[in-house]
Amino acid sequence: MKNFCNTERLSELEEGTKARIVGIRGGPPTYRQRLLDLGLTPGTIVKVNREAPLGDPIELELKGYFLALRRKDAWHILVEPLPNNPE
Amino acid sequence: MAYPRRASSQQPRVIIIGNPNCGKSSIFNEITGGLQEVSNYPGVTVEKKIGFFHYEGENIRVEDLPGLYSLTPYTDEEIITREEILKSDVGLIVDVVDSLNLERNLYLTIQIMELGKPFIIALNMSDIAQKRGVIIDHEKLSRILNVPVVKTVGNRGEGIEELKSYIHSYIRKQSIWVPKHVTYGHEVDTVVEQLSEFLENKLPDNEKEKARWYTIKLLEKDYKLLEEIKNKISDSQELERNLESAIKELEQHENEDSTVIIAQRRYGFASGAIRECVSYTGEAKQNITDQIDNIICNRVAGPVILLGVISSLFYVVFKTTQEWKWIPFPPEWVSPVELFEKFFENFALLFSFLEKDYPAIHSLLSDGIIGGVGAVLSFIPLIFVLFLLISALEDTGYVARIAFILDRLMRIFGLQGRSILALIISGGIGAGGCAVPGILATRTLQERKDKIITMLVIPFMSCGAKLPVYALLIGAFFQYHRTLLMLTLWALSWLIALISAFILSRFVIRGEPTPFVLELPPYHVPVLKSVLRHAWGRTWMYIRKAGTLILAVNIIMWALIYIPIPYQGTKQKSEPQGIESSIAGILGRTIEPVTKHIGFDWKVNIALIGGMAAKEVIVGTLGTVYHMETAENNENNQDSLSVNLAHHKE
Repeated sequence: MKNFCNTERLSELEEGTKARIVGIRGGPPTYRQRLLDLGLTPGTIVKVNREAPLGDPIELELKGYFLALRRKDAWHILVEPLPNNPE
Repeated sequence: MAYPRRASSQQPRVIIIGNPNCGKSSIFNEITGGLQEVSNYPGVTVEKKIGFFHYEGENIRVEDLPGLYSLTPYTDEEIITREEILKSDVGLIVDVVDSLNLERNLYLTIQIMELGKPFIIALNMSDIAQKRGVIIDHEKLSRILNVPVVKTVGNRGEGIEELKSYIHSYIRKQSIWVPKHVTYGHEVDTVVEQLSEFLENKLPDNEKEKARWYTIKLLEKDYKLLEEIKNKISDSQELERNLESAIKELEQHENEDSTVIIAQRRYGFASGAIRECVSYTGEAKQNITDQIDNIICNRVAGPVILLGVISSLFYVVFKTTQEWKWIPFPPEWVSPVELFEKFFENFALLFSFLEKDYPAIHSLLSDGIIGGVGAVLSFIPLIFVLFLLISALEDTGYVARIAFILDRLMRIFGLQGRSILALIISGGIGAGGCAVPGILATRTLQERKDKIITMLVIPFMSCGAKLPVYALLIGAFFQYHRTLLMLTLWALSWLIALISAFILSRFVIRGEPTPFVLELPPYHVPVLKSVLRHAWGRTWMYIRKAGTLILAVNIIMWALIYIPIPYQGTKQKSEPQGIESSIAGILGRTIEPVTKHIGFDWKVNIALIGGMAAKEVIVGTLGTVYHMETAENNENNQDSLSVNLAHHKE
């Protein structure tokens, strides 16, 4: 598959960071399919909105809606962080 | 209106589908005017619901299916919905699309297009979208997809008549809408064409029309479906070979997994459609959900608000239904629960004329049926107010946040955030609740392991049926700190439930934890009508249980206690040995050598035996045992029972 140099794990992004999804690596196939169905396809921009009060799960914003994933599971999602431009 | 509640049997099925939280249930309610659940928590629509509507002399049947995100199911509910959608007797699909979440909702629509079945779109919540500055040209969308698109506002009934007329004209076969083929770009389309042509030749006649859909699912590596298809065709090896080479061709060309390619192209199609038919006005109001969540999910404020919300829920339910005497019942004022109790007491008095001549029938009616079932039904106000508040909370979208905030904590015990709702409904906030709707609520858990563990620990929660037992025992044995004791029992029930969950998840229920995905829906102001409907539906489940299972157990228990007592014309009540020599008494006596070590005598044992069938029976049975044993007939039944118990203990 494609090679990206500055990819990170979605689970490791700071709150408020935007990133472009590169791909999903590992994890159960049914889970990968579910993430794709929910719109976490390569190229999609996601924003890490916040983490839960106990640090986990994290809340993402994508395609105009909000989705919570556990860090452990979000780890499978590779992203390319985007520069933070203040709105 | 008197028209038959049945549609003609040859009518093709009309089903309503859509994403969770798209307002599907409210569309269904408006079409049928029927009783059913509506809520905001992902996936609350748990049962297949059937309703009817009358249109130009025709009685038309529609079904409401559980919400789903995709035709590749992930939860049990989605599996059910997909199975239903694929059935050949399904004629028309009504696809409810949330205007506020157009792209992801269209993703499902595209999968329905792939199926090639006739469908129409209800473009719901278009009013809110417009307020947010999102203008959707529904006519253009209709041209792109080649199916009718109706703008609706579910909870205000807008667009419903138009929907009905479309459904009706389909039933009358005046029009059939065949969706366009979805295009995925030249390369993918070529591969799809080839494979689907091959499949079409191989499939039996009645399956041929599904060839294209099968092809796409196969390219998505739906192996479960592959097995099914292999059973339908003769040359399954050739299919596997062709599929393999098709996937290889795709993946080499795109340098990506074929499942990713298909999903990506569908979203590409969706965003293309959105580009063409959605325009944005400048005065777009900012999405307030994110701003509310800044506070609700805040590290410090979040847990404080959560505690506040749950304790006020507890407070309101308890005060309004049990503590505050705000209903006039001349000459005094009573609380709603007391009102119900009074009702059943007076109801039992109606039959006192039987006491003299038919003591057995009188005893069955007043002790067995009205006494037992009445004790359970007295809690209706409490249950109803509790469910009213929980349903309102669900409708606002806050329940999903509770799951979000508490997921980390619940995971320690082998549960997950969504288990919380089921536990709260089962009595987690200590103000009533019922395990039956609680267990039903676990249907929204997609992870089988979490679901089983949650179901198994639900009986430990302090449901509404246990409260009277607690109240009775505390009343009997403690003079002070009664509230504190009640709270301790409540906390203990949580502790035991969580410890059990911990043990179950570590040592008993095997299986890898499934990844958890939780949508946080936008906040809504709850709609009274839907909240009432939902709360009533859950209360009804409780009442139905009281009227059936609990009634039956009470009658059996009464018979066990009563029957062996010989009829003597005078009161058998003056002979305590009477009960002791009944079947129940003998049973209670038999296990007394074991139970006496925890302080239960034969009378308590009788109640325990009954309680095995339904906890609600315990108070009723104790009531029957002591009521029939003691001659005193105080007007305050519960107190006298407490007093009896306390005396007995001494």
